Amino acid sequence: MTPRRRRMVLVGLIVLGVAGAVTLALTAFQENLLYYYTPSDVTAGKAPSDRVFRVGGMVTEGSFQRAPGSLEARFVLTDYAQNVTVSYTGVLPDLFREGQGIIARGKLGQEGMFIAEEVLAKHDENYMPPDVADTLRKGKDKRVTTPIPTATVEQDAE
Amino acid sequence: MWLWFHKLSSPPYAYRTAGNLRPWFFWPAIIMMAVAAYGGLVLAPPDYQQKDAFRILYVHVPSASLSLMVYVAMAVAAAVGLIWRIKLAHAVAAACAPVGAWFTVLTLATGSIYGRPMWGTWWEWDPRLTSELILLFLYLGYMALRASFDDTQRADRASAILAVVGVVNVPIVKYSVVWWNSLHQGPSISKLSAPSIDSSMLWPLLLMMLGFVLYFAAVLCDRIRSEILKRERNASWLSETLVGS
Repeated sequence: MTPRRRRMVLVGLIVLGVAGAVTLALTAFQENLLYYYTPSDVTAGKAPSDRVFRVGGMVTEGSFQRAPGSLEARFVLTDYAQNVTVSYTGVLPDLFREGQGIIARGKLGQEGMFIAEEVLAKHDENYMPPDVADTLRKGKDKRVTTPIPTATVEQDAE
Repeated sequence: MWLWFHKLSSPPYAYRTAGNLRPWFFWPAIIMMAVAAYGGLVLAPPDYQQKDAFRILYVHVPSASLSLMVYVAMAVAAAVGLIWRIKLAHAVAAACAPVGAWFTVLTLATGSIYGRPMWGTWWEWDPRLTSELILLFLYLGYMALRASFDDTQRADRASAILAVVGVVNVPIVKYSVVWWNSLHQGPSISKLSAPSIDSSMLWPLLLMMLGFVLYFAAVLCDRIRSEILKRERNASWLSETLVGS
């Protein structure tokens, strides 16, 4: 083996070794890396009950309610399998609307109600002019209100 | 092919070639970016949900893809330098790092400005955002490691290993939105099915990306030249070239 050949193998081995180590580490920490839980995880009891975590899903159409004279809002988050009711007091982001994907950070309260401290809106990867969106909406195209957690769907299938 | 490779790795030849190529990258890049900016900011319609705010993606997306592309270029150059012991390859890698770091800063800054009105937060420890931040630290670490050696050859070898090892982070940045639940949305254009962005909004984006790539090539030519000047400051060919011109 020439020295050049040896260096080539060495560089290859370094990259492979580090890639392997990182893969193992990431797989091992998969649970802790989870940025948000889905409503199915929450109802199945996979989410922690004693500490703050995030839950992500779509705001169910027609579920949004605001208590009169206060900033407290209640809505139902769904991943089209299970639902979680969320209560949040405060200003909601601009993109918040029914049928929109959002992520709420908070704790589980009584009776499975999720008490959010923070609500973030998640936008999808579709970009289109308003008239195109109108046409799609008329045709009931799924893309206009895409379910957000694409990664979650795959995970659930595992 | 090999002959050309060897010829290009000689500093005088590379110095001249980079100087000759530079205007061919620079001016088309400026024109493309100007046209794309007009297309993206004026011609493209507002988004159905995000209105005019989506237009920041015309800076955010190209700089994000460049931040990854430049890292891959840097790692490949560093690996070539390690394996074939070509000094010029190390010079190329060293020239890539600051440019890539700036693209990463631009990505994080525009992403933060974008995230505030859309998501409702400047920063979240989301997989995509965190891995992009690690990318910035890799660039900065590479530059810091280089700066800590007085001897160029030792700086070259040590930093090259860091650059090669750090390439592992590139697929993590790219696929973080697919592998994990993420606040950041999934890919719109770099996927196998049709792009999920309307064609009236897509063409300025693609043109802007091409403009960014050419701009990077032009800046790289300049940086390679100055890197060669620094390394070959005592060489006789250099005094001949500079006095001659």
